[in-house]
Amino acid sequence: MANTPDYTYPPMDKRKVIGKSPKRVDGPAKSSGRAKYSTDLKIPDMLFGAYLTSPHAHAKVTSIDTSAAEKMPGVKSVYVAAPAGTEINWQGWEVAAVAATTEEAAREATRAIKVQYEVLPHLVNEENLSKAGNRARQGGERLVGDPDQAFKSADAVSEGYYAIPVVYHCCLEPHGQVIQWKPGSDPSGSGDQINVWPSTQNVPDYAGTLSNDLKVPATNIKVKMDYIGGGFGSKFTPDAWAKVGANLSKNAGGRPVKLYLDRATELMIAGNRPSAFAKMKLAGKKDGTITAWQTDSWASGGFPPVQAGQQPYTYTNVPNIREVRTSVSLNAGTQRAWRAPGNQQSSYLTCCAIEDFAAKIGMDPLEVFKVNAQYAQRTGATDTYRYQLEKAAELSEWKKLWHPRGQSGSGPVKRGLGIGIASWNGNGHRSQCRTVINPDGSVSVEIGSQDLGTGTKTIILQVAAETLGLQINQIKLVIGNNDLPPDSGSGGSTTVGGVSTSTRKAAVNALAKLYEAVAPSLGAQPDDLEAVDGHIRVKGSPNKSVTWAAACKKLGTSSVSEMGAHNGQAIAGLVTGGAAGVQIADVSVDTETGLVKMNRYVAVQDCGMVINPRLAESQIYGAVIMGISTALFEERIMDDQTGKTLNPDMEFYKLAGIADIGNIVVHVDIRDENDKRGVIGLGEPPAVPICAAVGNAVANAIGTRVARMPMTPKNVLDTLEGRNA
Amino acid sequence: MSSRKDPELPRQQESGFSRRGFIQRVGIGSSAVGAGLLEKEASAAPAPNVTGPSAVPVTLTINGKPLKLTVEPRVTLVDALRNYLDLTGAKRVCDRGTCGACTVIMNGKTVYGCTVLAIDAQGKNIETIEGLASGSALHPVSQAFWDNDAQQCGYCTPGFVMACKGFLDEHPNCTEEDVKHGLGGNLCRCGTYMGVRKAALQAAKAMKGAAKNG
Repeated sequence: MANTPDYTYPPMDKRKVIGKSPKRVDGPAKSSGRAKYSTDLKIPDMLFGAYLTSPHAHAKVTSIDTSAAEKMPGVKSVYVAAPAGTEINWQGWEVAAVAATTEEAAREATRAIKVQYEVLPHLVNEENLSKAGNRARQGGERLVGDPDQAFKSADAVSEGYYAIPVVYHCCLEPHGQVIQWKPGSDPSGSGDQINVWPSTQNVPDYAGTLSNDLKVPATNIKVKMDYIGGGFGSKFTPDAWAKVGANLSKNAGGRPVKLYLDRATELMIAGNRPSAFAKMKLAGKKDGTITAWQTDSWASGGFPPVQAGQQPYTYTNVPNIREVRTSVSLNAGTQRAWRAPGNQQSSYLTCCAIEDFAAKIGMDPLEVFKVNAQYAQRTGATDTYRYQLEKAAELSEWKKLWHPRGQSGSGPVKRGLGIGIASWNGNGHRSQCRTVINPDGSVSVEIGSQDLGTGTKTIILQVAAETLGLQINQIKLVIGNNDLPPDSGSGGSTTVGGVSTSTRKAAVNALAKLYEAVAPSLGAQPDDLEAVDGHIRVKGSPNKSVTWAAACKKLGTSSVSEMGAHNGQAIAGLVTGGAAGVQIADVSVDTETGLVKMNRYVAVQDCGMVINPRLAESQIYGAVIMGISTALFEERIMDDQTGKTLNPDMEFYKLAGIADIGNIVVHVDIRDENDKRGVIGLGEPPAVPICAAVGNAVANAIGTRVARMPMTPKNVLDTLEGRNA
Repeated sequence: MSSRKDPELPRQQESGFSRRGFIQRVGIGSSAVGAGLLEKEASAAPAPNVTGPSAVPVTLTINGKPLKLTVEPRVTLVDALRNYLDLTGAKRVCDRGTCGACTVIMNGKTVYGCTVLAIDAQGKNIETIEGLASGSALHPVSQAFWDNDAQQCGYCTPGFVMACKGFLDEHPNCTEEDVKHGLGGNLCRCGTYMGVRKAALQAAKAMKGAAKNG
């Protein structure tokens, strides 16, 4: 029927652009240094901003004197963010900021601001719950089935303690923006105008949020971002720094201000992944079936309360559960979404407990994970996990390399393998796209989205090219500003599903208009036409065909401009959610030095219909490498005595380097049955199970559980030496 | 973990000031940098090359061209490039010699731009990523990073490309194991290392080919 366009994709074997691996379209700009990130911008008359932040974890500002700073050479504007009376709840809290003609002058001036604090008692560590006092808040008990009876009648019961620390996002491009607040200078001459070049995961919603903060209409706020140097979940809102930067600009008569966090402040206040600690007890049968699950967990995401994720993870349908979750408020920077928020911690706790149960009953954990896949929540996931467990076992040579705990030879270096599982919803976010076809044959696709480095630009072009029968270099793509049809923020691995669907719809709709203009000259009905290989032709009659350019000429003087919208709901064959993944780590542990070396890491991932296998693989490599980094090196370290963060830098907050990650084997589960489900996002699902897999591999290697992530020499040796009190 | 690469900074700084040296001296006795002492030193002959603290004229030879700017002596090379010369390929990330995002090549050696003062970079031949490409063609290293998808957000990429170029200039016959050590001084958060390994080996081949043909 002509009135209900068919948006479904052609079958796998008929696709010309989707499913192929063109290189990312912004690659040359990035690898030649020409790509301009917001931090790189130098707007005429731009001032440099710098922050003064609190050195204390908990204090009250009793007085603040900016008079000396205001008089310093080059200083154009000073803004007090924490006036006298403000209670500071973590180190790095924004106290004041300066804008000056040079960055050096701005920094110097912040040092001339005199602040007096009344220092208050702090709490910065949460592992020892007995010291948390009233900062700990216990949630209610969650009860499923009859866990008491199940524990009594179990063949075996295992118990364990597991801890995973706070880690930073450590985006290489810090949080901040260049921002200009021009009084009374909008095009009509009334009202204030704001121009902002942020580093954000959320171009479309940025102006709306900022307008609330600044009381300037969103229509007068222009947002533009071409590139972003990492977000990972921490860059969704304009934040305090946009407000502070805007005020600095306004006070300086509307000169643009570049205000970005320095590295220490970036790490301390711009988000982190919450911790999780849990005492767990599992009951089960000799065949590996888990029958009861008891969790007593606590966690902190900084000052506002955060609970650890629900247990068990992914295998949620265990019949008997008792769970109590406690949140601890700390005087430390506030958590933000961190690439699959909550899931790494949950996966770590669950998978470690399952591995310890397997060791308790003397069973191969691969089999225990397979048996308990019956408890997987999502319909159909049981089979998927069993398939993936087999596949990951094959790729990691599990049958050959795995050995029961404590049977890893007599030498000091012990090898071990461990499993982690993941699940993620994904789905596509709300998105709108405009496709314009011009009489000269040129095509533009416009969508108010952002490319975080995931390859969003490239896959939008692939979907448009596939639909229009063109090559990706024949289409101009415009994204990254808020004049465009609005997309949504890039979070939850929802971008690819959103933009692919809106782009597909817009392109199909635009093509329908083109068909109407072309059909008479081909003696056919519009519905009989198809766009293939740069031609519009009559289906089934390849000889009745015109080139793309000739077809577009039939438009006369009018361009075609059509919208496509996605409302966020799953659409069979186009977009859906629910991705499963299984990963296996293969490590060697030096029991004399405590050093854990990654040998090989296997990631098996399903992700529905894959638009660009090269970029899909890169997402999985990236997620795994970030995960290996957290599993081996990363933890925020806080000092109980002073309340200070001890490693807000990149020397002592270590990230994995190119030699630290072993050999990574990625298997993208491209099968017809997955393809038919539609597009599913991939940024987060493969980032989930790494701590779990590495923790289990270390336990397998050395024969005992190292409770505390990361698997540093200290944590490994503490366990081996029995220093775990 | 990082920083396997020794930045190989010249031990003897021409100005008598290095950032690290400055910090050490201040740490030992901060009163030593009081105005009185600086004046006394400045009046002594021959002048011990004391510069600043206010902005001074500096000439930097960047990609073969002398560029004049006026900066305070405390301005690092990466800040001079980014804030004063609008050469923004090199990125400031850790700002203390750990991550390599600001890597440039100085007199043939890769250095972290955040650990060199602009005034000390005078008279040195500084190569930045902006000078790498000839015309519209990508340099073989940049091309290899693109071909092997050795970039995601791309913020570490210019530093990685320069580190790779500097490494390959010195190790044209490198193995993958060599690459893992040679590029250990650059950090990426998106996780592009698998692509970087492949890119370095492809670039090594391409650069050797170019050298033979040239």
